[in-house]
Amino acid sequence: MSPLIDIKGVKHAYSTADGPLPVLDGLDVTVEEGGFCAVVGPSGCGKSTLTRLVAGLMMPDEGEVWLHGEQVKGPRSTVGMAFQNPVLLEWRTILQNVLLPLEIVPNALKGKAAEDRARFLLSLVGLEGFEDKRPSELSGGMRQRASLCRALVHQPDVLILDEPFGALDAFTREDLWQTMHDVKAKEPFTAILITHDLRESIFLGDQVVVLSGRPARTQYVMNIPRSDKPTLDDLYTSEAADRLAILRQQIEIAQGRTEAEVEG
Amino acid sequence: MNPTFRKFFVPFVAIVIFLALWEGLVWVMGWPNYKMASPSDLIPAYQRYWDLFLIMGWQTLWRTVVGLIVAIIVGTAIGMIMGFSRTMRDALYPLLVGFNAIPKATVVPIVALMFVGAHDFNTILIAFMISFFPIAVSVSIGLSTLEPEYRDILRSLGASQTTIFWKIALPKTLPEFFGALKVAVTLAFIGTNLMEIVSPHGRGLGALFDSGKTNSDYPLMFAVLIALAALGIVLYYVVVWLERTFAGWAERESH
Ligand SMILES: Nc1ncnc2c1ncn2[C@@H]1O[C@H](COP(=O)(O)OP(=O)(O)O)[C@@H](O)[C@H]1O
Ligand SMILES: [Mg+2]
Repeated sequence: MSPLIDIKGVKHAYSTADGPLPVLDGLDVTVEEGGFCAVVGPSGCGKSTLTRLVAGLMMPDEGEVWLHGEQVKGPRSTVGMAFQNPVLLEWRTILQNVLLPLEIVPNALKGKAAEDRARFLLSLVGLEGFEDKRPSELSGGMRQRASLCRALVHQPDVLILDEPFGALDAFTREDLWQTMHDVKAKEPFTAILITHDLRESIFLGDQVVVLSGRPARTQYVMNIPRSDKPTLDDLYTSEAADRLAILRQQIEIAQGRTEAEVEG
Repeated sequence: MNPTFRKFFVPFVAIVIFLALWEGLVWVMGWPNYKMASPSDLIPAYQRYWDLFLIMGWQTLWRTVVGLIVAIIVGTAIGMIMGFSRTMRDALYPLLVGFNAIPKATVVPIVALMFVGAHDFNTILIAFMISFFPIAVSVSIGLSTLEPEYRDILRSLGASQTTIFWKIALPKTLPEFFGALKVAVTLAFIGTNLMEIVSPHGRGLGALFDSGKTNSDYPLMFAVLIALAALGIVLYYVVVWLERTFAGWAERESH
């Protein structure tokens, strides 16, 4: 069976006022169906660019992105996205926000069925009772939960998460990690998660990809055996400590390359 | 105090106090009414000319509103062009700023000469010219500062630019739009009156003001000013009401 997400030799450069800025330089990532791929790398190395390529929001200069055995040539309604900024629409209630993708995706659930699904997802992430509130009435963590529901409501093949927990405090963030596992148990999805938190990457990912400094290439891939019932205690085992040590070392290497370039 | 009661009672008291102070000041200083009419001088002016106030007030009102509607349409269109295209923004911005910098009082006689006799048209044109700028700027800023994630959320689902505009860009710009509209209302009003006062044989409250001047009827002139203020207040609060209705979500809960 072919992998659900297959990124092959992707290269990309932005054109800027100072000439082309190479951002991705030979990126390979493969994620199996139901897999959870965490991507870490120095800031500014091209992680968000990677998500935009997978979402079909831009085309790579070279290389290919395949989803579900089809080459990505443009946006497709089978992806769901969530960002660091939850970008909820202030003039809509939480429920209406979650329903937004269903208003756009063709052949989506409509009416009562749509609403039931949105309510189900909201209860899954612990937002039962907040359906009719406005985003401004919710805390940062709750808004991020709502944004997650919106990303899932149209049952996407691929969930693209670009540092969704990056702006949250440590406790809220850990709560949300647990929520991610709970949601995945009931609503299986395949995900790419960009993060700058190594603990997050090993707690959520079954694969951690380390990108090199800009221009990014796949520097290191770590596979993590999936645990049946993940809890935060898993982060305090000696295996976890070893994994974190390796990843930290890899990040240092990745950053080293960036620094060398700056000096050179 | 009950909030609704307070909302009407407090401004009412403020107006009464203002009128009392005005009356008192004129009385204490012993000003003749050609220097400064007092509120009590105005009542006879309204009694004598109430039908003129109604007719002229209506003329001023409808031309201001039409000028404003044109300003909203053109201003929003220009704002959309500048908001969506960087190139157009760079191209149009200096032109708009330059155009806006010209004092409209200097444009009024030019327009009046250019379209002699077309009084309604002239008045609406000036009301429009003076008031579209803030609308165009606010819409363009609202659209161009839309965070890219908002666009990406919809674009990644295959939404068209039109869908993105209606579902996100437009509603998100509404608070800024209404902020600008409040400024534009006042400006349009100034534009209408400039033209009414300057045009020979003009219409509207501006012309009534002008006839007060020609006939040295000072209380009439002051009465016109108050009528203009009253119309201005009405129009302004109509916009406030529209804002509550269409962009009430942007209001911060504050007491
Ligand atoms: N649209 C763009 N045009 C030009 N440069 C860009 C654009 N988007 C991002 N960049 C640059 O490309 C680099 C990688 O960006 P990004 O993918 O957002 O990095 P990351 O998410 O890893 O922090 C950064 O240096 C950024 O400044
Ligand atoms: Mg980023």
